[in-house]
Amino acid sequence: MQLHYLTLGNKLFNVMINIFKTSKSVALGIDEFFDKIDLGILNLKKGVNNYVNDNNEEFDLNLNTLTFLEKEADSIKRKIENEFYMHSLMPNYASDILSLLDSVDDIIDMSKDVLSQFDVERPHLHEEITNDYLELVNLSVKSVENVIPAARIFFTSPEQVKEKIQKAIFYHRETKALSNNIKRKIFQESDITKLSEKIHLRYFTLHIEQISDVAKNVAQQLSSLVIKIKM
Amino acid sequence: MFLFFLSSGLFLGWTLGANDASNVFGSAVGSKMIRFKQAAIIASIFVVLGAVIQGYGGSETLGKLGSVDALGGAFTVALSAGISVFWMTKLKLPVSTSQAIVGAIIGWNFFTENPTDINSLTKIVTTWISGPILGGIFAVLLFLLLQYILKKSKIHLIKLDAYIKFALLIVGAFGSYSLGANNIANVVGVFAPSVPDILIDFGFFTLNGMQLLFLAGGLSIAIGIITYSQKVMMTVGNSLMKLNAETSIVVVLAHALVLFVFSSQSLSNLFVRVGLPEIPLVPVSSSQAIVGAILGIGLLKGGKTIQLKVIGKISLGWVVTPIISGLIAFFALFFMSNVFNLKVSENPSKFIKEDKIIKEDISIVNPNNTKELTNFNIVSDKTTTVNIYKPVVIIVIVLLIVLIIYQLYIINNLKDKDKLEEYQENIERYNTQQILLENELKISTNTNIKLEKEIESKELEQKKIALSIIRKNEILSKLKAEIETLKLKPEGKLKFSDLNTLRILILENLNVEKERKSFDKYIKELNKSFYQNLTKKYPNLTDNEKKLCSLLRLKLTSKEMASILNITPKSVEVNRYRLRKKMNIKKSDKLSKIIRKL
Repeated sequence: MQLHYLTLGNKLFNVMINIFKTSKSVALGIDEFFDKIDLGILNLKKGVNNYVNDNNEEFDLNLNTLTFLEKEADSIKRKIENEFYMHSLMPNYASDILSLLDSVDDIIDMSKDVLSQFDVERPHLHEEITNDYLELVNLSVKSVENVIPAARIFFTSPEQVKEKIQKAIFYHRETKALSNNIKRKIFQESDITKLSEKIHLRYFTLHIEQISDVAKNVAQQLSSLVIKIKM
Repeated sequence: MFLFFLSSGLFLGWTLGANDASNVFGSAVGSKMIRFKQAAIIASIFVVLGAVIQGYGGSETLGKLGSVDALGGAFTVALSAGISVFWMTKLKLPVSTSQAIVGAIIGWNFFTENPTDINSLTKIVTTWISGPILGGIFAVLLFLLLQYILKKSKIHLIKLDAYIKFALLIVGAFGSYSLGANNIANVVGVFAPSVPDILIDFGFFTLNGMQLLFLAGGLSIAIGIITYSQKVMMTVGNSLMKLNAETSIVVVLAHALVLFVFSSQSLSNLFVRVGLPEIPLVPVSSSQAIVGAILGIGLLKGGKTIQLKVIGKISLGWVVTPIISGLIAFFALFFMSNVFNLKVSENPSKFIKEDKIIKEDISIVNPNNTKELTNFNIVSDKTTTVNIYKPVVIIVIVLLIVLIIYQLYIINNLKDKDKLEEYQENIERYNTQQILLENELKISTNTNIKLEKEIESKELEQKKIALSIIRKNEILSKLKAEIETLKLKPEGKLKFSDLNTLRILILENLNVEKERKSFDKYIKELNKSFYQNLTKKYPNLTDNEKKLCSLLRLKLTSKEMASILNITPKSVEVNRYRLRKKMNIKKSDKLSKIIRKL
């Protein structure tokens, strides 16, 4: 009988160790993933500032850092996905959580794309709208900066998510309003005569605005996940 | 004979394992938190342990209710309970093995005219009601405690998932243990009075008759879990408890506690020592305990999720199951005793004495109702001791040898198979390589042909250049010779005619027509095969057109061709156009390309 207990105890112990090891590494991976997104979004903000101020070297550095962070975030996300599938972690919520991480990953992907478009297309930002653009980037980044802590806290205290996402949604609305103002300025009030130039600037406004759209999407996913988990 | 009659009890055990394991691991396996394999192994081991270590209490109460003293009777009672469970499950009515077996025993009592112990019956019926209620209370308390802990601890969701998985394993093991301890009485309890007085020595440990009976019952439940519970876990188990992981831990733990409370002699004794009333050791329905726990949580959450229909159905099950089972048992006993002349009971007049003997037996098994497993090794004078240590060792050794031989045979077979597969793979690889090489060879041959053609054309060009150099040299040497002759003439004697001769010579050589002719002659010589092909394919081409073709083949521009042919570039374009028409070339095709292909 004692032999039975020993083997069984040993088996259970091994299973337990495996489960705990995996969960610890996944929890760390998720935190690391959010760190990359946080850093990435800061690089976008700095990058656009450097572009406006013609600090080309620093702008290149921001772009390279952002590209590197995006790659890192992608590989961490893939690793987390593998762990989820291989060890059937949180089977009832796995698909929702992975889709949340996908949306968060879209933020850094989009940020990299925007900065690389600045690098390739070199839009001419007229003085009258330069400050507006900087403010637009600032608001968009703020919506992300508020949604990432919400995503972080979802994993530890889901009941606190609601407070955090309110701010993200507020900044998303502000971004939308400013973006409309900029577009109105470009097409109705500014001295820009070429239609191609106007369209080009509108296109950049739209892309910066889209970053906050993704942040809002993450916020919505979080709020539905909280309801699901509390049921 | 005993083993044959035990088969109905084992069948009952199998159905219990197949159905009730889902109460323990149903939600965990259904939601894929735990793999079925893990669940089945843990459940099987702990069910057997629970049955052997703590299965006596319930059996004793059943024995008091009605001691089925003949093997035939025990067989019929277990069979009747099994049939009523099977039948009611088919009719989709909520059924419990515990209630079925109690009903069947009462049926036996009626048939054999034995009195039913009202005290025991009251005890049992009380637990049928108190079991679910206790399950609900446990569930509410545990749920509140878990909620409090989770709120305070702020554990990462992923880590929490790991803890929940582990907790599900532990709680599942405890639940299985309690299921075995409590429900084993339903499976083999009726056979307890008929169990042979035997003691089997396994070398490392010994088991008495009762322990062997519970071991067999436990194993039948384990087989039910391994062979058939997966389906139930995936369907019934999951639909019964659509709960999240935390709640399912609470439900399973509450259910396990209820089963444990109603089967633990030690806990009952502790209650008595503290001054509380004794806990009746009765087999309770695990499904009803689970439903009680779920209802408890439902009430805590506001009671909106509670379905009154379910409660009604369960209540109906409590009343209907024992009645149906009792009726089936009564008629089955009548049938068995009258048709097969099977002895379903000892002489009723002797029954009271026999009952005492059985009670004494049970007290050997569980003296003073205070000790459990450890004291079951008490051996009475009548006990037959069987030492199966040596035969078991010999059988194990023989089995091991057979296993080793079989493994060696399989390994050998696998090796041969591997070799054959390797050989076939090699052949396939070689064939593929051969095809690839052939393809490569074809490609390289084509490339060679192309290169040769290119070299040929290059040679022609070189020859052409060489010829023009030679011709120019000839002219220059002629000019040189003429100038030399003029140089020899004394000064003043140079005539205009001499200079004119020189001019004529230059003009002669500059004569384009002549040069063209000589050029054509050379070209014709060098492009013999081309001309032949051209004439073969387009026989109606004129000489001039053929010349144009040869010039096109050399990739010359219209201007160059015009100077060679001594015509204007526009005429060259017109000639090209005519040539295209004559050769019937489509607008999309290139003339020079088609000519070069010839």
